[in-house]
Amino acid sequence: MIEPMIDIEHVSKAYDGRIVVDDLSLAVPQGAFCVLLGPSGCGKSTTLRMINRLVDFDSGAIRVGGEDVLLAPPEALRRRIGYVIQSSGLFPHWRIGDNIATVPRLLGWPREQIDARVGELLTLLRLDPAIYRGKFPHQLSGGEQQRVGVARALAADPDVLLMDEPFAAVDPITRDALQVEIARIHRETGKTIIFVTHDIEEALRVATVIAILDKGRLAQLGTPIDIVENPKSDFVRGFIGAQGIGLKLLSVRRVGERMRAGESADGKPISQHATLAEALGTMTEQRRDRLPVADGEGRVVGVITLADLVR
Amino acid sequence: MTAAATALPVRAVKLPRNRVLPVLMIAAATAAIACGFVDLAPNRLVSGRPVMLWQATASGYTIALAACGAILFAAGFAAPRRWLAFSAAIVAGAGLIIVLAAAGDVAAMLSAAAPPAARVSLGAGFWIVLACAALALIDALQRADAGAAVQFLPAALVAAGFVALAEGGWFDALSLAREFATRRDVFAAAVLRHAVLVAASVGPALLIGVPLGLAALRKTRFEGPLFAVLNLLQTVPSIALFGLMLVPLSALGQAVPALRALGVGGVGPAPAIIALTLYALLPIARNTLVGIGGVAPAAIEAARGMGMTSRQVFWQVEVPLALPVLLAGLRVVTVQAIGLAVVAALIGAGGLGSFVFEGLGQYATDLVLLGALPAIVLALAVDFLLRLTAAALGRRYAP
Repeated sequence: MIEPMIDIEHVSKAYDGRIVVDDLSLAVPQGAFCVLLGPSGCGKSTTLRMINRLVDFDSGAIRVGGEDVLLAPPEALRRRIGYVIQSSGLFPHWRIGDNIATVPRLLGWPREQIDARVGELLTLLRLDPAIYRGKFPHQLSGGEQQRVGVARALAADPDVLLMDEPFAAVDPITRDALQVEIARIHRETGKTIIFVTHDIEEALRVATVIAILDKGRLAQLGTPIDIVENPKSDFVRGFIGAQGIGLKLLSVRRVGERMRAGESADGKPISQHATLAEALGTMTEQRRDRLPVADGEGRVVGVITLADLVR
Repeated sequence: MTAAATALPVRAVKLPRNRVLPVLMIAAATAAIACGFVDLAPNRLVSGRPVMLWQATASGYTIALAACGAILFAAGFAAPRRWLAFSAAIVAGAGLIIVLAAAGDVAAMLSAAAPPAARVSLGAGFWIVLACAALALIDALQRADAGAAVQFLPAALVAAGFVALAEGGWFDALSLAREFATRRDVFAAAVLRHAVLVAASVGPALLIGVPLGLAALRKTRFEGPLFAVLNLLQTVPSIALFGLMLVPLSALGQAVPALRALGVGGVGPAPAIIALTLYALLPIARNTLVGIGGVAPAAIEAARGMGMTSRQVFWQVEVPLALPVLLAGLRVVTVQAIGLAVVAALIGAGGLGSFVFEGLGQYATDLVLLGALPAIVLALAVDFLLRLTAAALGRRYAP
């Protein structure tokens, strides 16, 4: 069996006698996009912050890449782990380039290597280095700031990225774009990502695996499909919202899973990575019951029909 | 045009767009007409009779000043433009220099015709016209929205003009310059002593006040008692504080000869420096608490999460972001210390205050001014420089 990238074993944490994390065990395999999901106060943020030791745990053990986090000094550990927070936390007195270069500078990289890396990351986050490198954070929109926050976390090429409600403070349209973006970066870089949110829709959109927390305990661990189709408890069922379960199902399945390969139809093609919910939306909008399906390069590879959605 | 305006039976008087300049110019003109520009006294110790600007000097100065005043008055009615504000600043600056030059020239003319013991001192008219010109300059610079360097330039030019006139002996006939001439040898030493008193109290106050502010920030329990004590200190009148230190410090000086050799005693610079330091603690500690405490928690959280050590977080994130507030605190205590150090001359600390108290004792107003004016200029210069620094930083870090 492969060693999990992040291994949380029987970890507990109490603040002044109030238990926030209660004997939690969770193993996250390498390359997973793991969303810690739950209502506020369920301990998800605390759990995340225990991984890079911004919060000390009372008992149990946490290993990152097989190494006990308590062995190295916390600063050394944190420089190996990317960290993104809700309000971007960019340093307002540093230019974007310097902000992204924070960890490489702490690690003492040579100047040329840092400059090259900053350019590479701005490009990865679809921000033109020539324009953005020399700007100050207050000159950027909220969404752009959050992109820079992600670039900064990726700067020293960490194996693990911790994200604490990173998109909670931006407007819904920007949030949608950022979710697509982070899912793409996950596919392209293969990083192990731990992502905290209280937003079930967001979790279903980005996660490969979801851990639902309730009162500091693990309520259910599974793929988005698992969680929606087989909720193990009333709490999980209640949390994902019993009313909209059908729509939730549509939003965890991808067009690629249901399409009829080889066939063709009229109209603007939909991506095979799109969700069934998006396909339903497009059909409703275009008043069609058949849509052509395109692959990553935009070639039409098949067709999806209204009947396929409910199959 | 609004209905209300058209309904008016007579055309309303046109109001100035910039009311500051016309008001200042009216004040200056009134003062020039109503108050003596200089006072002519038969000797140093009796009060003199007022002499108007145009009574004693070539009419050129009066005309030039009237022209400057008229231009600035009219500028208040023109549509606001950047170049107009710049022009107003130049005229106001020229007015400042002309007022100074006129004072020197009036004094030279009057004393040439008077017996040697006669004194020409600056009158209310001079001070008010000078103040109005300076305020007009400041107003024009603010309206020009000039950058830090541009704001510095006129101040430097006016200072250079003053120094050039003074070096050329232009003011030699003025009573103030005569007081200066008789104390030329001790004047530089007094200014230096004043600066040393200020530096020697602000320096330690920073070394003590900043850690106190940080301690209050990290341990909230400590904040209440600390600021209660510092506030109490601030309310003790300076003379009382100097007096309170008399006994313990003289006892200390008696008991420890090594300290006495360093100048520690009931009177002299030691109690003055201690008192000034105590007064400086509250603003420094307060601004440290507010400045560092006001740094966005997200920036600190991110800095820690990136793997900065506490030292790196402090020096690379907290201090630079709090710097405008910290500088504001430094500005307040430095200006405050320059003023309080004048009073410190009472307990033999020296400095510019020694002229003030000597002048008060002799009832010689110009000697009081010889001490007070440099202290004011020093305070304004420090205030100006630190304000520019803070503004430059504030612009850069603006959220």
